[in-house]
Amino acid sequence: MPGPVVGLLILFVGLVARGRKGSPAVDANLRGTANGLLGNLSLLFVPAGVGVVTQLDVLGANLFPIAVAIVVSTALGLFVTGWVMQRLSGPDE
Amino acid sequence: MNRLQSLFHLWVYLETTPLLGLAATLAVYRLAMLISVRLRGHALASPVLIAIVLLSCLLLATGTPYTAYFQGAQYVHFLLGPATVALAVPMYANLQRIRRHARAILPAVLAGSLVAAVSAMLIARVLGAPREIVLSLAPKSVTTPIAMGVAEQIGGNPSLAAIFVLLTGLCASVIGGPVWRAAGVARWHARGLSAGTAGHGIATARMLLLSETAGAFGGLAIGLNGIITAILVPLLATMLAG
Repeated sequence: MPGPVVGLLILFVGLVARGRKGSPAVDANLRGTANGLLGNLSLLFVPAGVGVVTQLDVLGANLFPIAVAIVVSTALGLFVTGWVMQRLSGPDE
Repeated sequence: MNRLQSLFHLWVYLETTPLLGLAATLAVYRLAMLISVRLRGHALASPVLIAIVLLSCLLLATGTPYTAYFQGAQYVHFLLGPATVALAVPMYANLQRIRRHARAILPAVLAGSLVAAVSAMLIARVLGAPREIVLSLAPKSVTTPIAMGVAEQIGGNPSLAAIFVLLTGLCASVIGGPVWRAAGVARWHARGLSAGTAGHGIATARMLLLSETAGAFGGLAIGLNGIITAILVPLLATMLAG
């Protein structure tokens, strides 16, 4: 399992454990760090995305299968998740 | 002419230090944000896409190798890991909501995650894409560090996976509205969960502009789908990649 997922699980379990003790689980320090990272999430995608320059040949040669696979699978994923969620969940908030 | 020359000298100097990639990434991203605002935040005018296109053109035009750029940019890239860990904070903040809707959330994210990964791999394979591409498409619905880790583990290409993740997020931002109308999905928590599952942080960031509830469920879906994908995609990949 990738390290970040393990970290996510550990932090989540830690927060639940801390919250059970009655103290506020997320203190100002943690909130500030988390908001800072998540508020600039899109910036963090940039360096890996620029890696496209090293893959132009492969991408160009397979443009059609890649485009169809991404558009169709994304539409199906959006459709299925939204539909199941709306069907199974009770009233909104 | 003189000014151009001094700019050239600056470039030659910076090119030998890791500072170049870092400074270029931050400066171009800032510029991309300004351009995005000018274009009134259309889904395709996302700062990420604009920044990547500009930086790629810059690298190609100056003949700078990606490895030289990444020496500096890795400091930005590194933060993706901690940012993924930080998703635990909004997930925890929504614990009550998650508990209340748990019976709907888990099946919805699981179904959407599986459908997206399986259909992407099958379509690419049927249309004749090589194995490396099929495997790199499998984790495309999750956030970049998870997708790159999973791609590497199953024999895909982490760089390709990162690009597919980005394209998937942009695609989900653009087609989300029409797809939800077709599926009769009107409620914000369902739309947010759907955006986070199929289009990770990029689609969720867009949902946050429209509804806080949608944003919260999107953040939750990013975390859940990341975990589901990290566990299930390696199994699926060995069955479907051929």
